[in-house]
Amino acid sequence: MSITVLLFASYADALGVPSVSLELAAGATVSDVLAQIAARPGGSVLPARPLVAVNQRYAAPSTPVSSGDEVALIPPVAGG
Amino acid sequence: MSATGRLTHAPIDSAALLGEIGNPGHGAVVLFLGVVRDLNDGRAVSGIEYSAYEAMAASELQTIADEAAERCPTASVLIVHRLGALALQEASVAIVVTHAHRDEAYQLSRWTIEELKRRVPIWKREHYADGTREWVDPSDRAREAVTS
Repeated sequence: MSITVLLFASYADALGVPSVSLELAAGATVSDVLAQIAARPGGSVLPARPLVAVNQRYAAPSTPVSSGDEVALIPPVAGG
Repeated sequence: MSATGRLTHAPIDSAALLGEIGNPGHGAVVLFLGVVRDLNDGRAVSGIEYSAYEAMAASELQTIADEAAERCPTASVLIVHRLGALALQEASVAIVVTHAHRDEAYQLSRWTIEELKRRVPIWKREHYADGTREWVDPSDRAREAVTS
């Protein structure tokens, strides 16, 4: 299945793109997404457990992802 | 009472926000503004560029406003966060809390800004007077504070 991963701020700069399309096996989780992103050039910028949102809600590493989901890697937030 | 949270790309007009939330039964109006300051961690700052995961940030701001209203159903809450390139002393965030009495208004204003800083997916890149720029990572500072 195919999912889109959104990257922002320092993560987008490090990986050089604002989004990545990934092919994942059925039953994949947020952890699988993180492993694939971390393996890309620039992916070493990711901490061991970055914040992740699935369909605009914060999600745990064990959260399953489905085809068409919008997964976002959230760098340390700095609003205000 | 009302509860609104939103993003804007335009300059924040605090007088307009105060007019938006006015309630004749509320004797206390607390306005918090976060503004761009000229020094951070000892470096001279010339401006800050704010960006966001806009769809999620907008919904988180509304959720925080709704949660504030649940904590204090007799208060009104308005949160506006600005995105884009800001100059020194421009407001990046405005929080207006109104209530019949000041204790509740002060407390809810403080709770609201802390929640915003903790969970809304907004980032800032500081531009320094020496021409360099860097994404701000508050967790770096938290670590420095603990280890120094």
